[in-house]
Parts: sequence; C-alpha cells; structure tokens
Amino acid sequence: MAEKLIFELGRIDREGVSIPPDDLESLNIDELIPEELLRKRDPTLPEVSEVEVIRHYTRLSQLNFCVDTHFYPLGSCTMKYNPRIGEKLSTLEGFTSLHPYEPDELVQGVLKIMFDLGQYLCEIGGFDAITLQPSAGAHGELTGLLIIRAYHETKGRKRSKVIIPDSAHGTNPASCTLAGYKAIEIKSGKDGCIDLKRLQEELDEETAAVMITNPNTLGIFEEEILRIAEITHSVGALLYGDGANLNALMGITRPGDMGFDVLHFNLHKTFAAPHGGGGPGSGPVAVKKELEPFLPVPVIVKKDGKYTLDYNRPLSIGKVKSFYGNLPVIIKAYIYIRMMGAQGLKRVSENAVLNARYVINRLKGAFDLPYNKPPMHEGVLSGKKFREYGVRTLDIAKRLLDYGFHPPTIYFPLIVEEALMIEPTETETKETLDAFIEAMLKIAEEAVKTPELLKSAPHTTPVKRLDEVKAAKELKLRWKEYK
Amino acid sequence: MIPKDLKYSKEHEWIKVENGVGTVGITQYAQEQLGDIVFVELPSIGREVEKMEAVAVVESVKAASDIYTPVSGKIVEINEELNSSPNLINEDPYGKGWIFKIELKEPKELDELLSAEEYERLITEG
Repeated sequence: MAEKLIFELGRIDREGVSIPPDDLESLNIDELIPEELLRKRDPTLPEVSEVEVIRHYTRLSQLNFCVDTHFYPLGSCTMKYNPRIGEKLSTLEGFTSLHPYEPDELVQGVLKIMFDLGQYLCEIGGFDAITLQPSAGAHGELTGLLIIRAYHETKGRKRSKVIIPDSAHGTNPASCTLAGYKAIEIKSGKDGCIDLKRLQEELDEETAAVMITNPNTLGIFEEEILRIAEITHSVGALLYGDGANLNALMGITRPGDMGFDVLHFNLHKTFAAPHGGGGPGSGPVAVKKELEPFLPVPVIVKKDGKYTLDYNRPLSIGKVKSFYGNLPVIIKAYIYIRMMGAQGLKRVSENAVLNARYVINRLKGAFDLPYNKPPMHEGVLSGKKFREYGVRTLDIAKRLLDYGFHPPTIYFPLIVEEALMIEPTETETKETLDAFIEAMLKIAEEAVKTPELLKSAPHTTPVKRLDEVKAAKELKLRWKEYK
Repeated sequence: MIPKDLKYSKEHEWIKVENGVGTVGITQYAQEQLGDIVFVELPSIGREVEKMEAVAVVESVKAASDIYTPVSGKIVEINEELNSSPNLINEDPYGKGWIFKIELKEPKELDELLSAEEYERLITEG
C-alpha cells in the first residue's frame, strides 16, 4: 500500500495531545457504570503524534483523483468544476447554525433562498411548481413517480406500467418498481432515439407514464419529442423527464415546453455542487400546474411578502425527506444561478455542447461512434474494434489513469458494446481537452501495438489493477482480520 | 464457436433438449458481454414457468441481468456448483456453466427458437 493505515502508525503510549490537569474530584468509574456495561479491554485507538496525523491525512488527500486535481469526463455525471464561492457562502454561520424547527418568521432569509431557487428552476425547466426535498436524482425519480401515481389515483385511473427506453439510466426502472409500477422497456431505434412505432404499440390505458432523458444517454437530442409527448398524452399517460442531462439545454430550450409533465433536476450536476463522494446531492422535482396539489409537504409559499412552510395540502404524497432538503446543495445551486445569470447559463450549455462535439469529432476516427449524430453535452464511443487485440474498454479506462485523466463512464449505456461515455463539461479549457484527446489517440495506438501495456494498467497509480471479481465475492469489511 | 446442436433465444440463452428435459445456459457471446460473473441467483426446483419468464439472475462486475427461460415448463434441476463458482459460466458457458434444467410443457415452442446460424446472424448484425 502507498500509505499505512492510521492504526499502523505511531507506537504504544504515544500521545498527540496534552490534556490539562484535572481540577475536578475523581470518581471511580466502577461506581458510575454497571459492571456488565464496562469494556473488558482498552479500545484500540491510534496512538500518534499531531504531526503524524497531519502528514497521514495530507498524503491521503493527495492520492485522490478528483475534479480539483484532474479532468474528470465521467459521462452522465456532469463533473464540472465547483466554484469555491459556493463552499464559502454556504458555510456562513447564518446557514450552518440554523435549526430546522425554528419558526418561519425567524428564518425568512433561508426560506426566500429556497423559494427563489424553486422559481428559477421552474423558469429554466418550464414548469409551474416544485419541491426541493429529494436527496438526489434517483430519489427525485421516485418522488416524481409517486406524484404521477397520486394524480392517476385521484382521477380514479388504475394504471400499472411505465414505459422506458433501453438506453435509460438504470435508476429509471428501479424507481418505477419502487413506485409500484411495472417497467416496460422498449428497444431504441437504429438512430439511437425512441422508436415511435414501438412506443405506440406499448402505449395503452395501463400506461401511467413514459420516462425519458432528453438528450438521451447517447447524448442525442430526441427530435421527435413533441410527437412523443402528444401520443403519450393521448392515452392519458404523463411524460416524466430525467433531468440528468439538463446541462445541454439551459437557456436554449425547456423540457416543460417539450411536453414533459414532471422533471427532476440534479443540482449537484447541472448547478455545480460537489458530488460523487465529494458531497450529497439534491434532486428537486418540478411539475405542471395540474400536479401541484400532489407535491410533498411542506411547500414553501410566499404571501404578502412573507415566506411560510405550507403543510395544508390534503392531496400531497406526504414527506419524502426529513425537513426540507439538502440545504447546503440548495444554497450552492442558488449562488451558481445568481452568479451566472440567464445569459451565463445559456453559455454554460453552449460550451458544454461545443466541448463534447470537439472531443467526439476528434476521437471518432480512432474509436467507433456507433450512433453517428452530432452529440449534445456528451457522446458515446465504442472500443469494440480493439477486441481483436484482446483489449477491452476497461483496459482503456485503466490506462487513462496513467496519463493523468479520470476515465469516462464505461459500459453504459447498455445498448452500446464496449461503451465509453465522455462528458467533458463546459468548465474545461481547450488545452485540457487537447491533452485528453492526445492521450486517447495514443492509447488507441498502444491497444494495437502493445496491448499488454493496457491490460496491466494502471502502472503509475498508488494502487494497481484491482481484482474486481475477488472484491465482489470476498467482502472484507475490517482493515485486518480478527484473530 | 456457436454449437450447432443447440437452440438459442434472442436474449442469448441456449437450450439443449434430451428426453423432454432442456438444459439451459447463456451463450459464449453473452458471458463475454457480461464480463466476470460474481453471483448467480438460481430458480427453485419445482417452479412452473412460462416461456420468456425471468427465472434466474446473473450478476457480473458490470451489471445484473435476468436470465429468461426459452421454453415453458417445470424447473427440475439447478446447477448448485454456480453458488460457489459462478465463474464456471465464463469458463465453460456451454458445459459446466449450465444454469437450470426444465421439463418441457410445449415441445413445439422449440420451433420458435433460433438455430445456430440464425443466432450467429443476430449477434453479428445486431
């Protein structure tokens, strides 16, 4: 290992802190706590000096591969740079010392932030009402589907299924199942988009919703979206939008205008809050007017210039999270939107698409581009052609680490063989994109000439190739085995 | 590569029928696509299943996939070896990596399955 564990550092009886002399009367612990509750041996805590602790954790932090240290083109995850101002402002004492049970009149400021963020998101997405409660994208999906279920039930409709394209995020069918629906998968067309004929065949009075990501997971815009919305609505079903790919659309077009009835946002992706181990997510759900009564309680309302938490919503699906949502993420998204402004957000999407098109266009000769359409904010290549040299996409991904890049998403979407899903985001410079492209081109050459180099990669990281099968089969949950 | 004496489903299962009992597994192509298999959830013996019903689950380091029965009938045997060695599916998909045996209800259903040639076309043309 590149770094010992904290338990392996130090030595017995070393102390990292000097505790001041005790001026209180000493009591015998045996008299305070019943014997059966007293531990039989001392706890095995690290016995280290302060400088050992500092060096250990500083070194560990430097082993991280993260947005702050490396280009991170993880497709469908929108790993954009997270501006530091968001950290600075969201950790102001006024926010961190709030108590969720404070009366509304004492927390008008934070309620205003939440209310205004909701308004901005509705404007960006083209919706009428919103909840900020869901903890992340998949939680947003479940919340949105429960709202759809409540809507159908109020209308006395018994609906049993939700239609999903085979390119969908894996969370989509899982959320449907959790919401009590059967997920019906339809095969995508040859162009990677929704096959209208297959959709039409599945659509019936049992359909509660059609669940779509636009642009889809191939990074392709569903050009027939208006027609899809029309035929979905014609059987009384609703159109659910997975907002994972909103970074392609802001200020240019709005899901609400395309006919979506429900959309979840991923504040941690599109609106620049750290995620993927760097912080919690936030998955607000926006809806059209007719679905507003079903939103989770409380809903933040503004009346006569005052903000209140409204619990009086008889048709509400109830609470989906304790209190009101992941507040620091909500604050960071608010700051980001205020900082960028309407024009800035539009430029975010324009540059996200420009960057993705640049990377995909330069790589599509060396790698296959199975669905050859101009990508939006991300594109999906295939490493299929390297199979004959015994090289898999996994090996390409591992080799990228040697070149100092976080790999793209691999083996997703499932409809692309040996998939490499690349999302550069708008925050990267042309120099960074060029360096990544050069590395990928070099790796494509290596795959043919020196395939062993890829198959044994990574070579330069502190931990080399891991045995994923062993890791999945033999779970070790302790740092050393109990003897 | 693709054994001639087997029948195939579009979902990449193979079936070999002897005396009214079909042995079912997944194809070489399917195991390659899935990658290293780490867990197999087997059906219970005696279960009555309909053609194309999901009866088992194969989990690899990449994904979890349902295994469908290519024919209707009753599950009569399962490959217990897979509990401790799921990698048998990777190593020998047409042999030691078989998943379950099924007593056929409608032998006619076999006619609807793909021949080796048809299956080969499916995986090369997509």
